[in-house]
Amino acid sequence: MVNQLLLSLLLALSFSLAHAGEAKPTNDDPVLEKRVLEVSENLRCLVCQNQTIADSNAELAVDLRNQVREKLKAGQSEDEILKYMVARYGDFVLFNPQMKSSTWLLWFGPLLMLAGGAWVLIITLRQRRKLQQQVPVLSAAEHVQAESLLAEIKGQKNDGQDDGQKNIKDAS
Amino acid sequence: MKKSFIPLAIFVVLVVFLWIGLTLNPREIPSPLLNKPAPAFKLVQLHEPNKVIAPEHLRGKVWLLNVWASWCATCLQEHPLLVEMARQNIVPIYGLNYKDQREAGMAWLRQHGNPYILSAHDLDGRVGIDYGVYGVPETFVIDKAGIIRHKVIGAITPEIVQDKLLPLIKELNNG
Repeated sequence: MVNQLLLSLLLALSFSLAHAGEAKPTNDDPVLEKRVLEVSENLRCLVCQNQTIADSNAELAVDLRNQVREKLKAGQSEDEILKYMVARYGDFVLFNPQMKSSTWLLWFGPLLMLAGGAWVLIITLRQRRKLQQQVPVLSAAEHVQAESLLAEIKGQKNDGQDDGQKNIKDAS
Repeated sequence: MKKSFIPLAIFVVLVVFLWIGLTLNPREIPSPLLNKPAPAFKLVQLHEPNKVIAPEHLRGKVWLLNVWASWCATCLQEHPLLVEMARQNIVPIYGLNYKDQREAGMAWLRQHGNPYILSAHDLDGRVGIDYGVYGVPETFVIDKAGIIRHKVIGAITPEIVQDKLLPLIKELNNG
């Protein structure tokens, strides 16, 4: 398994060194070649899965590009060619997934997540605002108690500061 | 208390998804041809270029179509299994010699044994495209009515033969 992986990696490397760059048009008709590349950009290369067959020089990609070229020459539309490929290789061959019931989650999942996140954010913010508005109202007795507590703390702080200053004076 | 379970639940769901993702093999793409009629073709035979072979000749039989090539390293891995299956007469095996030179293909079979009743010579890989072939070797199980019942992508292993192919062939032969 590891050997196989290494081998294919080496092969891929030597291959990419030999043929760096995008697939080059092989035909003299530049308009047709442009169309071939346009259609090929919608088709996934099944050997090198994160590339389109327009980007790839794998042998199968070259074959499939030739098929695309032939079909365009025969006057088929892009839609017909994509259908032809899907009939053989499945939806996976499409670089842009189709919009259908089994792909709704794929298309709208990120939006759903965003909406969920926004919802949590709004709920949290609302709760926080409510908490801020509900400043507890103190009774007169509680006010007196709070003031005395505050005064006490203040007194302690002042004492501490005085001590500190005294110490510094002593040291000098 | 209830609230603290929510992040944990999200975490668990995420782990389950990632775990499943790790066990999937992205190279194995489900074929849209499953349970559909095997695409028709007419190709010359590898050994006798003046004779043709077509799947409709095999109606009424359960058979394997094995896509192979002499340049394919993985084919060599599964080859002894095919030879053994042919020796035991389990199922007729037909070959699709994919994008291969005739001489190279024939030499390869001489060297490693020939499990195929016949091999079709798909020099330009056109039939391969019709069968959705993207990684040689591939093996199709085709039933009596000419419907593709199973597809193995990559080399077959003793486990695949035991757990999948043999029971399926038996079931299809009885059906």
